[in-house]
Amino acid sequence: MLRIVAGLEEPDAGTVEVDGRDMTNVPVRERGVGFCFQHYAPFRHLTVRRNVAFGLEVRKRPKPEVRRRVDELLELVRIAHVAERYPSQLSGGQRQRMALARALAIEPSVLLLDEPFGALDAQVRQQLRGWLRELHEKIAVTTLFVTHDQEEAMAIADRLAVINNGRLEQVGSPGDLYDHPANDFVLSFLGPVTEFDGELVRPHDLVVHGDGDRPVSARPAVVERVTHLGFEVRVDLRLDRGDAAWAQLSRGHAAELSLSAGDRVWVARAVERAVVATTSA
Amino acid sequence: MRRRIVLRGVVLVYVSLLVTVPVGSVFYRAFDRGVAAAWDAVTSPPGLHALWLTVIVAAIAVPLDAVFGVGVALIVSRHRFPGVFLLDALVDIPLALSPVVVGLSLVLVYGVTGWFGRTLAGWGIQVIFSLPGIVMACAAVALPYVVREVLPVLEEIGTDQEQAAATLGARPFTVFRRITLPSIRAGLAYGVTLTTARVLGEFGAVSIVSGNIEGRTQTLTLFIQDSINNLNPVGAYAGSVLLAVLAFCVLGILGTDPKKRRLSWRSTSATSPSSLGTLLPSMASASVSQQDR
Repeated sequence: MLRIVAGLEEPDAGTVEVDGRDMTNVPVRERGVGFCFQHYAPFRHLTVRRNVAFGLEVRKRPKPEVRRRVDELLELVRIAHVAERYPSQLSGGQRQRMALARALAIEPSVLLLDEPFGALDAQVRQQLRGWLRELHEKIAVTTLFVTHDQEEAMAIADRLAVINNGRLEQVGSPGDLYDHPANDFVLSFLGPVTEFDGELVRPHDLVVHGDGDRPVSARPAVVERVTHLGFEVRVDLRLDRGDAAWAQLSRGHAAELSLSAGDRVWVARAVERAVVATTSA
Repeated sequence: MRRRIVLRGVVLVYVSLLVTVPVGSVFYRAFDRGVAAAWDAVTSPPGLHALWLTVIVAAIAVPLDAVFGVGVALIVSRHRFPGVFLLDALVDIPLALSPVVVGLSLVLVYGVTGWFGRTLAGWGIQVIFSLPGIVMACAAVALPYVVREVLPVLEEIGTDQEQAAATLGARPFTVFRRITLPSIRAGLAYGVTLTTARVLGEFGAVSIVSGNIEGRTQTLTLFIQDSINNLNPVGAYAGSVLLAVLAFCVLGILGTDPKKRRLSWRSTSATSPSSLGTLLPSMASASVSQQDR
């Protein structure tokens, strides 16, 4: 999809519009999109500074302006100290930020990020995620961010689009999609799910009750296993008809119930829970 | 340890027997009757003309092969259309065929009675037995080198950088000049080196198409053969030395930058033997004809 927006590939059907202007037949170089490739595609024979300057140089901007602008960008993405190095001498995170600066240099109307953190280790990824959000507040440019990491998507995006096998499943805010998924795919894609009463539910939307305060709708179950995962506690259950489910409890709640394997409990759905919207497919 | 010494010895002896001793003896024999005799031989009018013609042919054929070689490599690596593999295979034909066959096929097509030759003759352009024919023969024979050096580099670097440059606003030609060309520079330089060495030393194809007219269509390799045929060994050896010096100069200018050579996809050690290899056939065929007498 990013390649179609950038103009590197042609859509089978439909049009590409940016700021209300039809871009479908505009050549790549005139679209003014900033594309960060998955593997960054650094110009290996150019220094970091020349990489970032490339877009401005081909636009024949005056040299002092290019210099000033590149300095600003390098400062912005915090790689000014490696400006004279070649891409091969950078760490993965630095290369990633250089690619971003290079794409931003042309003041794009849309910024396209193709799994920008895919090749980085988890810690660097977390850092860059926060940094990217911050950066975004400073430069305010529409950004399309492709990722396979739903947590990353929820953390970064204002609007999420879930694509499955090339089909757009749902578009909406992260909260919207999480709480009102259009279908089971979206529901299970955005977070853990378990089956209860023949319906997919989020494990944290299953409430485990002791004998005393159980609601009428609750079903009896046997605790099979209790796993402590830090803040949360995972409780594997065997329901009365033999089907398995699991619930996610806070540590406090689990301690209150003092659950252990073999306990008989009652399980019900939370009142406020994620349900698949029935209106659309 | 001992085995390694034996291996080194075998390799050294092999290279000596094939390259060092024969080439060295050519140098030795060239100056056998004094430097003056050798100097006179190559500065005779036919000798000077042969040198001049060889340089001119290389000056035209090598840039042609460089431009079209890069073009073919770009098409094969960047375009997907049915038959592109055929183009890839066609490039190797001059390597697979004997140069004599390449020369003969050019005569068939561009000779006065050939398909294109008749038309061209009508326009007053003579290809065979003339400079254009020699250039074409050399360009045809040496075409694969640039393609074979540049193609793997293009495939290895992929199209990411070129696409990135396009999204940044670069026109196709700017992308080529500022991104593609710098990336393939090392391979291209090496390919041009091989091409030049091959063009300078080409004998078989040139001897067919040139007609070997002394002072007009005689290149250095033909001059050497002619000298042998005319029982003028000093001329032959001096011409050989001149050819060798010319080839070494090319290697020296194009092929010795260690940084560029390291970047080349092929191992650096191939440089000198292969260029000598392109020199040797001309000398070998020259000495064969000597024995015929």
